[in-house]
Amino acid sequence: MKADKVLNAKGLACPMPIVKTRKEMKEMEAGEILEIQATDKGAKADLTAWANSGGHTLLDHEEADDVFTFWIKKG
Amino acid sequence: MDQKKTTNIILFSGDYDKAMAAYIIANGAAAYDHEVTIFHTFWGLNALRKNNPPTVKKNFLEKAFAKMMPRGADKMSLSNMNMAGMGPKMIKKVMKKHNAMTMPQLIEMAQEQEINLVACTMTMDLLGLQKEELLEDVTYAGVVAYLADAEDGNVNLFI
Repeated sequence: MKADKVLNAKGLACPMPIVKTRKEMKEMEAGEILEIQATDKGAKADLTAWANSGGHTLLDHEEADDVFTFWIKKG
Repeated sequence: MDQKKTTNIILFSGDYDKAMAAYIIANGAAAYDHEVTIFHTFWGLNALRKNNPPTVKKNFLEKAFAKMMPRGADKMSLSNMNMAGMGPKMIKKVMKKHNAMTMPQLIEMAQEQEINLVACTMTMDLLGLQKEELLEDVTYAGVVAYLADAEDGNVNLFI
């Protein structure tokens, strides 16, 4: 999936992936897509809840080699 | 847009692990777009102590308290497995390995995220702590200020 921006949150522990995601998202326009790469195993539940509450859309996610990748569209 | 949701945490404990839990929840809540307040009372006040505070006038008991309590979050002990100071050393090693944020980093992040760090003035008096000894950007308040924040709050925790 094509993203407007990529956030490397690999190796970061809770709550940093969310803190960084929010920071990146703040600087983006509605409709733009942020790709987030994380290794924190709680990231999927956290990012899903975060996107829902903020009115964003989690478009897709995948897991490969212990890296979780998420694509969130800004609402 | 409707009003922001709020998270209000009372940090009563002066244990490293409990303070860490409080600050991780607080930082997460701020990233979750909540307005966040951490109300520090009793031993939790030690999290806000400066590393190198200026000399302030204290009486005998206050001096004893100041000496016996941890000066700043990094010097706190663990609620479990403290083992005379071995525990904190071990957990900090593990935290480093897992890239977890340390207490000083969590406090800095909290300030960056504009989390409202409040010190309870009544317990400051009891423990003989003065404003000069606490971090900058701390606000000072009592029980009603906390209640005013918390009564319409969405998340309320006592740690």
